[in-house]
Amino acid sequence: MIERTPIFNAVTYAIMLGGLLVVLLPVWMAFTAATQTVEAVNRIPFSFALGDELLTNLGAAWQRGDFGTKLANSFILATGVTLGKVMIAALSAFSIVYFNYRLRTIFFWVIFVTLMLPLEVRIVPTYAIAANALAPLQAILDVTGISALIAVLSGVQVSLQWNLLNSYVGLILPLVATATGTFLYRQFFMTVPDELAEAAKMDGAGAFRFFVEILMPLSRTNMLALATIMFVYAWNQYLWPLLVTTDRGTYGTAIIALKQMVPNPYGGLPDWNVAMAAALIVMLPPVVVVALMQRWFVRGLIATEK
Amino acid sequence: MSSISIRNVRKAYGKREVVHGVDLEFADGAFVVILGPSGCGKSTLLRMIAGLEEITAGEIRIGDKVVNRLEPRERGCAMVFQNYALYPHMSVAGNIGYALRVAGVPKAERERRVAEVARVVGLENYLSRRPGELSGGQRQRVAMGRAIVREPKVFLFDEPLSNLDAKLRVQMRAEIRRLHKRLAATSVFVTHDQVEAMTLADTLVVMNGGRVEQVGAPAEVYHRPRTRFVGAFIGAPAMNFIDGTMAADSFTFDGRRVAVEWPFARAHAGRPVALGVRPEQVELVAADSPGALPATVDFVEELGAGRVVYTDIDGLPFAVTLSEETDLAPGERVGLKLLPQSLHFFDGETGLRLGLAESVETSRAAVAAA
Ligand SMILES: Nc1ncnc2c1ncn2[C@@H]1O[C@H](COP(=O)(O)OP(=O)(O)O)[C@@H](O)[C@H]1O
Ligand SMILES: [Mg+2]
Repeated sequence: MIERTPIFNAVTYAIMLGGLLVVLLPVWMAFTAATQTVEAVNRIPFSFALGDELLTNLGAAWQRGDFGTKLANSFILATGVTLGKVMIAALSAFSIVYFNYRLRTIFFWVIFVTLMLPLEVRIVPTYAIAANALAPLQAILDVTGISALIAVLSGVQVSLQWNLLNSYVGLILPLVATATGTFLYRQFFMTVPDELAEAAKMDGAGAFRFFVEILMPLSRTNMLALATIMFVYAWNQYLWPLLVTTDRGTYGTAIIALKQMVPNPYGGLPDWNVAMAAALIVMLPPVVVVALMQRWFVRGLIATEK
Repeated sequence: MSSISIRNVRKAYGKREVVHGVDLEFADGAFVVILGPSGCGKSTLLRMIAGLEEITAGEIRIGDKVVNRLEPRERGCAMVFQNYALYPHMSVAGNIGYALRVAGVPKAERERRVAEVARVVGLENYLSRRPGELSGGQRQRVAMGRAIVREPKVFLFDEPLSNLDAKLRVQMRAEIRRLHKRLAATSVFVTHDQVEAMTLADTLVVMNGGRVEQVGAPAEVYHRPRTRFVGAFIGAPAMNFIDGTMAADSFTFDGRRVAVEWPFARAHAGRPVALGVRPEQVELVAADSPGALPATVDFVEELGAGRVVYTDIDGLPFAVTLSEETDLAPGERVGLKLLPQSLHFFDGETGLRLGLAESVETSRAAVAAA
């Protein structure tokens, strides 16, 4: 329902401005805090006056958080998750929409169920698998008696090991395996007229060719929208990176580093100015990505290209 | 170039059968039009020829090869879809040349052939445009170009003109005709538009409810509809039907009597029969003329070149076309004089044309002799 009356418009704008304020106020507060000295930032009440310590604080935060390494790690994580997600989502949706095989409905529901099981819910089994990615295979071999058979025949005790802890693969893979993107693609693929696939068939293009040369270019806006969402989602991950990396110096992410910079209440004066400067640093990459992509992002979510 | 042979072909979706055993033979280079109401299975039949639908039972041959198990690309057919199905992200040249690209034709030759086809369909100045920047007629031409470029043995058209406005439709019809003359590939054209069907077809196939009702030249189908359905479906305004009973020398209905000169009347005497009369084969005469059916004028439709007078014979609607001007007013009483040699008789139960076994010439001759 779209109404256009002056009063209605005014109310809409008021709500929008209110929302904007709610979103921007903390950001502005972080920014002001990051410009102040440690004494100024601890003064009560909080003053929104800008100080001139921004560069000093940023420098201190960069040093202490080791953000050179951490931002790079976060970037690898977020890019990996984004690429993996976009590819898996497109392929799985392609399979669900365009192929008619007997297990299709089952796969569809399995994927659908993962929507209800985000990483936080299945974190313990996921961790177990990350600790040894081949554990399920080992279990199958043990249960079916194949490993016992091999042990008897060759004397070799089968014990498969593939540890993903403290690795980029371990960081990335579990975050890739969810269904959100599959559904976005599925919705888009269902709006693509069947005749397009049939025309491609008549032109001699096989399934893979149709996928790469026709479906993928057509879903460009969807892909960019999904990539944007996934990048921000992966960038902001905290729990999983915390669990899977023990060697934080090498594999820690920017978000973990940021969390460690939150001053604890038992020291001297809490240096919120440096913490806020760190927050600004960590916030910047996703903001840049969203700013660059927002044109596509909005289009991909609300409409499909003709 | 190839003949097409369809033998006892059936199609079922799940348990529901939608094509019930179709037998057709299309000669090499023929222009075949499949005509029928919406949902009668014409697209399904066409798509089975193309290889886009599996054939539940029966056999389809293109040339002398059974194609039941062949992929679409192996059948040598090109198809033009109703909504064109152009690739929106490719230019006109990209669309036309896609099949060649897939087939691995070298770039230089591809460009040459695309340019040539573009000239044939009149798109040489639009090669770099996207489909979104073209008019409906131009998109239609791209779709045709895409089909032509592969030099297929068989062209399949699924209602390709139904998204165009009336004027463009006439124009594209002529172009398709011209193209067919030039390429001489066997063409199968599906439509629900009888004018399109009559004007394009060498061979007309009329389908209804998943069955073939009649196959023949357009004029033959028009003049000698094999079933009541075909009679009703072809011709505008539609054929008038009167349900009644046959007698030795007349047809009676509702206590009225129409004298007929029909050599087979005696053979069918006493049976329920539907009498079919085309609106253009009726004369309007004075209400009290001897032998005329009295009727009341309902309204008159002015068509410019002619006019249709809608009358009713005591509740039974009956249309008459006139070529001359008329000042008939609603409510006026008129007489309908049915031309005896232009009556069609259909079995009251099966709807099949009666006297089918005998040729037109015999019955005409008999009428003339009588
Ligand atoms: N994919 C399908 N699944 C089930 N029924 C279908 C399918 N395609 C067509 N039908 C049915 O088959 C019948 C014939 O369809 P179609 O060949 O498209 O008719 P037409 O082209 O003559 O309008 C219709 O009753 C339609 O509902
Ligand atoms: Mg159809």
